[in-house]
Amino acid sequence: MSVESVVSPDGKKLTIVIKGRFDFSSHQLFRDAYEPFYKAPDTYIVDLKDTTYLDSSALGMLLLLRDHAGGDESEVRVINSNSDVRKILAISNFDKLFDIN
Amino acid sequence: MSALAPAHEALTILIADDSATDLLLLSTIVRRQGHQVLTAANGREAVEVFTRARPQLVLMDALMPVMDGFEAARWIKQLSGEALVPIIFLTSLTDSADLAECLDAGGDDFLAKPYNPLLLAAKINAMDRLRRLQATVLQQRDLIAKHNDYLLHEQRVAKAVFDKVAHSGCINAAPNIRYLQSPYALFNGDLLLAAYTPSGDMHVLLGDFTGHGLPAAVGAMPLAEVFYGMTAKGYGLTQILREMNAKLKRILPVDMFCCATLLCLSTDRRVVEVWNGGMPEGYVLEVTTGKRTPLASRHLPLGVLSAELFDDRTEVWPVALGDRVFLLSDGVLETADANDRLFGVERLQQVFDTNREPDRLFDDIEQALVAFRGEARDDVSMVEITLRSGLATRATGPLYADSGQSCPRDWSVNFEFRAETLKRYNPLPYLLQLLLEIHGLRAQSGALYSVMAELYSNALEHGVLGLDSLLKRDAQGFAEYYRQRNERLAQLDSGYVRVQVQVVPNGAGGTMTLRIEDSGPGFDVEKVLAQPMDIDRLSGRGLGLVRQLSRDIRWSDGGRCVCVEFSWEALA
Repeated sequence: MSVESVVSPDGKKLTIVIKGRFDFSSHQLFRDAYEPFYKAPDTYIVDLKDTTYLDSSALGMLLLLRDHAGGDESEVRVINSNSDVRKILAISNFDKLFDIN
Repeated sequence: MSALAPAHEALTILIADDSATDLLLLSTIVRRQGHQVLTAANGREAVEVFTRARPQLVLMDALMPVMDGFEAARWIKQLSGEALVPIIFLTSLTDSADLAECLDAGGDDFLAKPYNPLLLAAKINAMDRLRRLQATVLQQRDLIAKHNDYLLHEQRVAKAVFDKVAHSGCINAAPNIRYLQSPYALFNGDLLLAAYTPSGDMHVLLGDFTGHGLPAAVGAMPLAEVFYGMTAKGYGLTQILREMNAKLKRILPVDMFCCATLLCLSTDRRVVEVWNGGMPEGYVLEVTTGKRTPLASRHLPLGVLSAELFDDRTEVWPVALGDRVFLLSDGVLETADANDRLFGVERLQQVFDTNREPDRLFDDIEQALVAFRGEARDDVSMVEITLRSGLATRATGPLYADSGQSCPRDWSVNFEFRAETLKRYNPLPYLLQLLLEIHGLRAQSGALYSVMAELYSNALEHGVLGLDSLLKRDAQGFAEYYRQRNERLAQLDSGYVRVQVQVVPNGAGGTMTLRIEDSGPGFDVEKVLAQPMDIDRLSGRGLGLVRQLSRDIRWSDGGRCVCVEFSWEALA
């Protein structure tokens, strides 16, 4: 698995792309993808296009990101999830916390 | 570094050669390289010296009298056990088959005669590196094994403590619960709790903490305490859920939470009330029709949302005698085969469809999982609760430490709960705690709670909210009834339920009169009481129960007011 982060030219949008399995082993990589930014972006996008699986620790990591991004005031979007991943997000009702499409 | 420079640690090296000249020559070279040398003139001597002096490396001639180098090498490898004692064969053999035999016998390398000191030193150094590597691996393996033993010991102790808390309920005692769970499920984050309420309903919780190991187990402890404490005191699912969520939100780190299904199964009322946050869907399995009603996850897991945002809405489903409620953990659905495909809901449904004997459902599911994966996982949890008739067991309530000398004997109290309160507050646990201040009533706490709960919900639902219990005559109407109940409650802006408790002493015993009055239109008491008590009817169950449990029950004011009495004799 790999985690990449891309900042938009205006610095307002941070996209985190996760490839492969998104589980506990990606904990540090995932945090490294958003924590070092001095100027906080307005919007965070988690791109799961190439994510094959996610487990409950990955859900926990999404909560950490949401907390980092400002909790209830945050704007975190989770995009491009495949059907298996979407099922896991749906069971946990994470669509109530994140903008998922 | 020159290959002739001494190795950074001097080794003890055994040299076995039947040629005295060769032996002397080689010994001199090796000593000059800074090592200690032991010598042997044949294979048997080599084995003897090895046994006695345990050299760290062996230079072995292949062809020797008495015992040749191949056999000696086999002996030495056997004697050295797991430690690596490198053996370098000294040979003038050039045939590949002969050289291969050196390695087959346990040799690690060979050196061709005549000896090249530079090459010899390099080979000794290379073999020494391998020897050290092997020693490090063995040492670390032993260390890991020790740590693992230690961890298992800690887990056993932690589990023993936890079992005292978690199994204070009825999970093992209740005849209508079957479950399957790894004994160390706690350390997988899986949690299964069950307990009777004071009115004889059963609360069951199947939870799954994020993460594994100690962090998951630590969160389970307070959750179990809240579950048992509040269930025994008569709190409903809503209050228990709120308390659990608030507690976990407070104590857990942001990325930890607990997926959970909490349910209340009522034999008396023939209903199951369910809240599912993040668990795979469970099912109500109807015994007569084989129909499966999914109990889907409607909420975020416990410990994620703040108290203000937490959603405590439950769903209520009718159940008949013999019906089963089945819950499972994600370990079942996420069991993966060799190609990383998940077992999934569809395969589980197939097992349900082909299951012929309900009692073998767990076995069927386990077999399907093993067939799918090839082996069983240790984080699979399943529980099944069957609705059975017969006298319900009730919570025995907390143990009391007071003597009874200070028990209140002659008093009365009035409450009026108005719309804003009725909407969100359940006064029953509070009232029960108040009444249990009376020693004489403690033995009857279950019946008392059941009667109080029925009369209160009649006053609220039929009185204040004006709901028609006839709606509940079939499963569809049943769901409609609870939909309307929630809707009307949310819109309620007037009305009241009044509760009066009056306690009078009678010799050493006494009598408690409970009077409940509502703001509704009342009902035709005689007509309702004249109806036969049909045990399998979904509606009107409450009144039958109240008439069974309390000695005396009277209505007045056109059905708007109801009165029951509980008496007690002197305590032994």
